[in-house]
Amino acid sequence: MARDAVPGEPAGLRTEGDAAPSEGRVFAFRAGVFDDANLRRALTRIAHEIVERNQGADDVVLVGLYTRGVVLARRLSTAIQAFEGVEVPVGTLDASFFRDDIGLRAVRPLGPTEVPTDVTGKVVVLVDDVLYTGRTARAALDALVDIGRPRSVQLAVLVDRGHRELPIRADYVGKNLPTKTVEDVRVRLGEIDGGVDAVEIWGPADAPEGGQ
Amino acid sequence: MKHLLSVGDLGGRAGIEELLDRSESFLEVTRRDIPKVPALRGKTVVTLFYEDSTRTRISFETAARRLSADTMNFSVSTSSVRKGESLLDTVRTIESMGIDAIVVRHGSAGAPHRIAQETDASVVNAGDGRHEHPTQALLDAFTLRRHRGPSLDGFRVAIVGDIRHSRVARSGARVWAELGCEVTLVGPPTLLPESLEGWPAVATHDLDAVLEQTDLVYLLRIQNERISEALFPSTREYRSRWGLTEARAARLKPDTLVMHPGPMNRGVEIADEVADSARSLVTEQVANGVAVRMAVLYAILGSGGPVV
Repeated sequence: MARDAVPGEPAGLRTEGDAAPSEGRVFAFRAGVFDDANLRRALTRIAHEIVERNQGADDVVLVGLYTRGVVLARRLSTAIQAFEGVEVPVGTLDASFFRDDIGLRAVRPLGPTEVPTDVTGKVVVLVDDVLYTGRTARAALDALVDIGRPRSVQLAVLVDRGHRELPIRADYVGKNLPTKTVEDVRVRLGEIDGGVDAVEIWGPADAPEGGQ
Repeated sequence: MKHLLSVGDLGGRAGIEELLDRSESFLEVTRRDIPKVPALRGKTVVTLFYEDSTRTRISFETAARRLSADTMNFSVSTSSVRKGESLLDTVRTIESMGIDAIVVRHGSAGAPHRIAQETDASVVNAGDGRHEHPTQALLDAFTLRRHRGPSLDGFRVAIVGDIRHSRVARSGARVWAELGCEVTLVGPPTLLPESLEGWPAVATHDLDAVLEQTDLVYLLRIQNERISEALFPSTREYRSRWGLTEARAARLKPDTLVMHPGPMNRGVEIADEVADSARSLVTEQVANGVAVRMAVLYAILGSGGPVV
């Protein structure tokens, strides 16, 4: 499945959170991780795991991290509604202003933080697409403190690509994906990016595959 | 963006629109139960005001604090400026305390530019003489966009009052025009600019002739000292020809909006009933001012590179 090398940052094909190493380099497709069917199954499994672990969905609030975590949180809510018959509230969280790299790079606000219900005493499941350094999740935990005091906070991610820089782990993982730091995990979701859902690994076009 | 000295620093229409889009995120922060984020923790912002202005200074200080920056207030009446310290000596003194941004208001046009040349800190122009007041223009555009936006193309704005002495009008006209609005300046001949060179606008003396085609009436404060300068005969005469009275407001289109940068002279440029009517956005302008100034401070101090 060879593809042409393209300049670093095709619109809507990367995650805004933890800095991806692609700036200014030419990146090429390396491998597909999920197609739309795999992705749907992974999300369905995570939805079941959330309900199983929390013995129902009554106290659960899903909070999506911008940008793609918001879409994933909505999909998880829809899935839980389908098999459990419970409407799980979905909130959105922009952790940008709580990041520790403001001033080191251009950190842009991504969207309004809106949590439609009081989270105090509830189980908040933070949802993001890719877990990498853990710095976005750290910032999100800080942002959450200002919103309320949940009974517990859990983390659901579509892909855990490793290379953590903080003591953070995910409770629900779509796929553990060993990557190199020079590579980029690109998530495409129809609601935001158009087209068919996909998760792909891209790497520098000038470095040999498996290099570095 | 290192400094915000004039509307020209904003990067044209695209830069202005990006800043206004981002101000939405900051507005949302100001509405939280805990309206404070740690984005500019460790930064220090000084307000250096050579002219009285309670609302603009408080708006900037509130914006800085909502971003967790420290604020210092250097007000002229209590400072060594009274003892004759020069502008640049004052700036050097402040700078040596280790600050990151200076928000300046000064009676002389160009004072913020001069300060920016002399300091490593970022400088934000909070009004210089008759020259510019860019954050006022931004918060006005932000307020209008929330009601009629995001596109303001073809929107007809009438700026009414003392255009000639107004930095609000000058910055406002530039921002409105960048966003695609058609700007008309309205006022007595003595209060209109001597030349329209550099103004992206047309001018008229006849408010009644433009009322019915206008989408936004932007009223400027009439300063009583202009009467002593004989630029218009009396407040009563001004009101009868250029004041937005109830009768004039009744001729506006139903969805025409009214703004005023404050403080208002009720009964002169704006009637009580109009100032408090549903079409008046005056109190919203003040609330939005904090969010827009947060966006400006964040763009200057939190960007880590060229953002706007």
